[in-house]
Amino acid sequence: MNPLLEIKNLQAEVAGKKILKGLNLTVQAGEVHAIMGPNGSGKSTLAHILAGREGYEVTGGTVLYRGKNLLDMMPEIRAREGIFLAFQYPVEIPGVSGSYFLKASLNAIRKHRGELELDAMDFLKLVKNKMKLVEMSDALLNRPINEGFSGGEKKRHEIFQMSVLEPTLAVLDETDSGLDIDALKIVANGVNNLRSPERAIVLVTHYQRLLDYIVPDYVHVLSKGQIVKTGGKELALELEKKGYGWVA
Amino acid sequence: MIPLSPQEWEHLIFDGCYLAVFVNGHFLPELSKLPKISGVNASFADEASISLSKGVILDKPFQLLFLQAANGKPAATFPKIRIVAGENSQARIIESYDGFILEPAETNTVTDLMLGPNAVVEHFKVQDEAVNTTHNGHIQVQQEASSHFTSHNISLGGIRARTEISVRLNDEGCECTLNGLYLGNGSQVMDSQIRIDHLKPHGTSHQLYKGILDGKSRGIFNGKVVVHPGAQKTDADQTNNNLLLSKEAEADPNPALEILADDVKVRHGATVGQLDKDHLYYLRSRGIDEAAAKSLLTYAFASDVINRITFEPVKARLKNALIAHLPSPPPFEKGGLGGIFI
Repeated sequence: MNPLLEIKNLQAEVAGKKILKGLNLTVQAGEVHAIMGPNGSGKSTLAHILAGREGYEVTGGTVLYRGKNLLDMMPEIRAREGIFLAFQYPVEIPGVSGSYFLKASLNAIRKHRGELELDAMDFLKLVKNKMKLVEMSDALLNRPINEGFSGGEKKRHEIFQMSVLEPTLAVLDETDSGLDIDALKIVANGVNNLRSPERAIVLVTHYQRLLDYIVPDYVHVLSKGQIVKTGGKELALELEKKGYGWVA
Repeated sequence: MIPLSPQEWEHLIFDGCYLAVFVNGHFLPELSKLPKISGVNASFADEASISLSKGVILDKPFQLLFLQAANGKPAATFPKIRIVAGENSQARIIESYDGFILEPAETNTVTDLMLGPNAVVEHFKVQDEAVNTTHNGHIQVQQEASSHFTSHNISLGGIRARTEISVRLNDEGCECTLNGLYLGNGSQVMDSQIRIDHLKPHGTSHQLYKGILDGKSRGIFNGKVVVHPGAQKTDADQTNNNLLLSKEAEADPNPALEILADDVKVRHGATVGQLDKDHLYYLRSRGIDEAAAKSLLTYAFASDVINRITFEPVKARLKNALIAHLPSPPPFEKGGLGGIFI
């Protein structure tokens, strides 16, 4: 079976500085991968390159998503093709209603997939159930995007979007950072509900704690721009005990 | 002789209003819809004059529609408007300017508004002159005790459009709110000159002017608040935000404060910027294409000014003008603008 995501020898720079120095990663549908590493190892760079953010220069290697060259696709196309990045620091956008934005986003993706776009009523019906899952309230959703949201609310909002948009490849960029245990459980619950044989989840995380709640199939250690070790979920526990210095 | 056929300009009439129509400076009673209410005196001979006696509430907004029609030669008109709102009276007045003339033309207007004690006047100005028209508008407002004046100044057309608004809060407890939105494109120059004089204590004034500038257009904002000696407990704020949609567009905000009393609250702020790259990226990362994302954010930028417009037909006109001004239509739902605005 064709891997969902195939990264070969990826090299990338940010502001002229080399961050990724030959990263290899293969992800099959149905799998949950955790990418762990110390600060500066390139975790966020990887997440942002997958999502197509400006400011990152790929200087070598390939990234294939469903057999297609991902790096050629504009961010909106990647989203429509089923990639979702849950941001580490979601922005606040005044003047644009959260529910309006999510409906526009869902419809853009549905249209791309050849599905019927939803009107306001059908959209509300669809999101009602998903809102319960991440304890998202009507009040929060009708505000401008993320405006006045606490850190935990922003992360829950990311997971809520993910559950509505139903991506094929979900990349979570340090979704656990800054969350207390209750918020973490809600977020993890939302992610676990999205597990499916057709979907892959990549968790970029610094701490092992998240992986108690979202149990990965594979754990990769990213150090100085390369994946230096791959293992099962036990690897995360070993790292926690021994520290990143053990692997680097 | 009216060179314009009604079909060309009927859509410029706002629903549910009294109406006075002027074509090339001439009042046309046969096309107008004037109020027949006691206490409301309206005459349109040399100037458009509307006065409300004490306690009279004008039940519908009054639209003064000034059209410039093609005449085969350069045209200049000098509309004069005089609104007198007696004590405790209330009115909504709409000045709208639309041009159908390609030759260079000029509109020079003077509007005087006098608000008696406790009067409430809401004033709308919609300026959509033709491409080669220069528009100069002077609006002078005098407010007596505890009166409320709100103005919405929408500037869409003309090659050079300038509106000067000067408000004198002559007595205690007056409130004045000046909102404005100017959309510039091509080589347009949109110029707003505002001066508010607080002469007595306990006055409140608010200014919110926003500009969206594309092409090589230029937006100028000179906003001055003068707090005279003795005007204690003045509460004044002024904001001018400019969004530049192109490299050559320009904005010149010049806020100015002259404060000569010591127990006051006065603040001001001005910004000039482009669409936030992180905001654009966030929308695109969720599948909204670049052009739609830019339109959405541009629209959102204007939303607080638009939401202050309480009269739906004018609000709708502005929304449509804004959509037409955008590089690509935002992903609006059919038959409505959806719930974008907060």
